[in-house]
Amino acid sequence: TLRLIYTTTAVQRKNVGASGPEKYTEAFIKKQIEEFNLGKRHLANMMGEDPETFTQEDIDRAIAYLFPSGLFDKQARPIMKHPSEIFPEQRKIQWGEDGRPFHFLFYTGKQSYYSLMHETYEKLLNVQKYQDQLPAQDLPPQKEKKNLAGSRWLTKIELEEMLLEKLSDNDYLRFIQLLQKLMTLPCGDMEEKYIQKFTKEVPAQLQKVVIEPLKYDERGVAFSTSEGIRKTAKATATVYDNGTGKITVNGIDVLHYFPVLQDREQLLFPFQFLDRVGKHDMICTVSGGGRSAQAGAIRLASAKALRSFVTEKEVEFMRQAGLLTIDPRVKERKKPGQEGARRKFTWKKR
Amino acid sequence: DDKLLSEPLSHPDFFNVKELFSLKDLFDARVHLGHKKGCRHRFMEPYIFGCRLDQDIIDLDQTMQHLQLALNFTAHIAYRKGIILFISRRRQFCHLVESTARECGEYAHTRYWQGGLLTNAHIQFGSGVRLPDLIIFLSSLNNVFEPHVAIRDAAKMNIPTVGVVDTNCNPCLITYPIPGNDDSPTAMELYCKLFRMAIIRAKDKRRQSEVFDELR
Repeated sequence: TLRLIYTTTAVQRKNVGASGPEKYTEAFIKKQIEEFNLGKRHLANMMGEDPETFTQEDIDRAIAYLFPSGLFDKQARPIMKHPSEIFPEQRKIQWGEDGRPFHFLFYTGKQSYYSLMHETYEKLLNVQKYQDQLPAQDLPPQKEKKNLAGSRWLTKIELEEMLLEKLSDNDYLRFIQLLQKLMTLPCGDMEEKYIQKFTKEVPAQLQKVVIEPLKYDERGVAFSTSEGIRKTAKATATVYDNGTGKITVNGIDVLHYFPVLQDREQLLFPFQFLDRVGKHDMICTVSGGGRSAQAGAIRLASAKALRSFVTEKEVEFMRQAGLLTIDPRVKERKKPGQEGARRKFTWKKR
Repeated sequence: DDKLLSEPLSHPDFFNVKELFSLKDLFDARVHLGHKKGCRHRFMEPYIFGCRLDQDIIDLDQTMQHLQLALNFTAHIAYRKGIILFISRRRQFCHLVESTARECGEYAHTRYWQGGLLTNAHIQFGSGVRLPDLIIFLSSLNNVFEPHVAIRDAAKMNIPTVGVVDTNCNPCLITYPIPGNDDSPTAMELYCKLFRMAIIRAKDKRRQSEVFDELR
């Protein structure tokens, strides 16, 4: 027998990391679900609504009202959701009462991944057998390449979520190579449904900017409306055809609203660029920002409105002139330890 | 219950495994073909019948005896509801071995062997794991032509092993070695078929005996 002569307290302390990530028992999760349902009813009572018809959106609104938080990260704010969304899914015990595991590849360690490989390889063998049976024909390439626009393979993280198991990079690569091999075989179309489980649709990236068509008001005059922003100013402009070049801002004439020449020049620029100085009328509303910012916002709004009146080539010219781009420059924040955004405190040698 | 377990032990060949195969079957499946003389392992010399044009020929009489003992042993283990694990690290037969295991209702491992699967099982799998009661090696070497780690691990954990040993393998730590070819597809299909039939027979017999007991 061993007698304990001398040990440090470090040995007696529990090694917190040794047991792996926290495992939630089924009883614990059940209790959490009961508590959640009770809490939902309490919340409904507090808000004065019917406990029976209290949906998840109502819960979110109630929590946002009761616990307002200015934190930027949405996931750091208080949430109340069903426990199945909060606690990550865990593997239940893999063997029955007599000790025999349920899955036939249990003793490999990564049972879901290897069973997936096994199934995919079986599909590959079936396709090859079917191919061998067919009489030797030269199949014309009938199938259109469906991977042109739409789909991509699942990423490693998505596959891990699907299998509930950790994968290594090599494992993932091997699986993707198997799927690609299955796809390249001539008779791979038989297994399309199976392959589709592991592909994802990629939305088309190129979004062509839709130029709105002209609208006609009661008098028969063509007009078009659009919005523009600059710094903190938001503006909406409506440009009318068959006009004399009159511009009205917030109900006030432009000469009175913008006394400074520079702002009026900014407003004039899109019309000058398209040689349509005296041909259009404009009515706009603007709020926020300062003098120069409001002028820039109205300029952008009027340029966007003029797109409907003009050919595509001229739209391209406008875009290249920078008339249609939102100016991304905003006021930079002040940092701690400095006097302003960039200005540092005076440096004293001693 | 006691009678159920002790009755098969009284007969030498309770499950009648001898009728599952014959010498001609083994010969047709090319089980007698070994590797070249240079690959021969020292401990395989008693199992080798001779050498023709530098290729070793395995003695099929000895193979028959060993195969009969091994099949009898697997049948007894399956009768007593033990866990059987099939291991083979040959890529060509990985699918075949896994399908055989699935059809028998037993387990297979034909992938990369992680170090602590048997010896460190309580940490790798969970605390209440049950380890396999029999390990069957359908190819005793791994992809680098070295003896499979599971042979040594099974010996450490007191798990009996049955293994097909070719002329370049080490039959030392395997409890029921079967000298025979592990490279030809026909030979592997024959072994899979024999093990599958033996296990299914044993399980059926067990179910029948349990039903008879319940009726009485």
